[in-house]
Amino acid sequence: MNGVHDMGGMHGFGAVEPEANEPVFHAPWEGRVLAMNRAMGYLGLWNIDIGRFSREQLAPEVYLGSSYYRKWTLGLEDLTVQYGLVGEDELAAGRVLHPAVPVKRMLTQADASKVLARGSYERPAPAPALFKAGDRVRARNIHPPGHTRLPRYVRGHAGVIECVRGCHVFPDAVVAGRGEEPHWLYTVVFDGRELWGEGSDPTVKVSVEAWEPYLDRA
Amino acid sequence: MTVHQHAHHHDDHGSELDEMQLRVRALESILTEKGYVDSKALDFIIDAYETRIGPHIGARIIAKAWADPDFKRRLIADATDAVGSLGLVAGRATHLIAVENTPQRHNMVVCTLCSCYPWEVLGLPPVWYKSAAYRSRAVIDPRGVLADFGVTLPAETEIRVWDSTAETRFIVVPMRPHGTDGWSEEKLERLVTRNAMIGTGLALAPAEIANEAAT
Repeated sequence: MNGVHDMGGMHGFGAVEPEANEPVFHAPWEGRVLAMNRAMGYLGLWNIDIGRFSREQLAPEVYLGSSYYRKWTLGLEDLTVQYGLVGEDELAAGRVLHPAVPVKRMLTQADASKVLARGSYERPAPAPALFKAGDRVRARNIHPPGHTRLPRYVRGHAGVIECVRGCHVFPDAVVAGRGEEPHWLYTVVFDGRELWGEGSDPTVKVSVEAWEPYLDRA
Repeated sequence: MTVHQHAHHHDDHGSELDEMQLRVRALESILTEKGYVDSKALDFIIDAYETRIGPHIGARIIAKAWADPDFKRRLIADATDAVGSLGLVAGRATHLIAVENTPQRHNMVVCTLCSCYPWEVLGLPPVWYKSAAYRSRAVIDPRGVLADFGVTLPAETEIRVWDSTAETRFIVVPMRPHGTDGWSEEKLERLVTRNAMIGTGLALAPAEIANEAAT
């Protein structure tokens, strides 16, 4: 979706402001909501892409007006409702009003280290890779209303395949309910001038990680 | 229809802090009472990120790469495998890619679409990394972003920005500072900042930690 989350190249957000001696969490609730997201992910009902899409679907003014962990809270609330785990009335009341839905597994303290380890998103390839390093490609000019990981700022632009990263779970398919539908993933590098025009910094190159369905041969 | 698809009437009275403390406490109590989460598992995860998983892991990897050319070659060829051999990471740093700065090229990592970051080796990202300012500007004006961090590079240096749009994750191998010949890995580690491994900073110069040691 062409949402406000797709921020690459936008103007107007001001300077980057690093915080000296920044704490890991700025308030205890941030840690709780981070950990709840990991623990709820462990139930196995949704994957990382569906979690991301829950945050992308926040209303634009909510997305832009919320801190990172507030977005995680709102996204998690939405997922619990969407998957029938919690009622909207329960969120509004702040307490349990209905029986729990049975779940296959729950993250226990003994297993908690499992969610600290990162899973693999690489899958067996259903077909050979269409592109190889050095090939010229063009990012498709597509505007899917659902989840996609092809940022707007590269769409329609020509770049070069720098590296073939293997065959990976395709987020667009997962969120659309088609399953993992693995596709080849590539690092595609673009000249800054191709993306940002003649007057832009000639020393800049930008790469994205792009799945094969995002690309045409150029 | 989900709860937040509508325009929202999130109150501006009271700070986000107060609202969120109550809201998250209520959510946790609902999820625990329903048997979906175990608060002790949450405590474990929070403690891991507060005390064990952070940029000190990345700093050890970089220091080793500086000190051991064979390790650096392995790190650039397959960072997941090379990092795995050190035993520093819980599980595996899956799909990790190390990109090396040279006098000709400076690397910078961003996630324009959300906030993807190599948690296994750098811990949780700082607020600025997740900010709209960084996510929007890193790809169109990386030198301007570097200036926000007080970093100026030669005009001819190539700036390569890596947008983390998939599950691949990137760590920058900064250039080893001059004047560090013969230093131990332990001493080199102190020169490796988190921002240097994201690409919004450079490794510290020996004089910078000499001052720190003197105080």
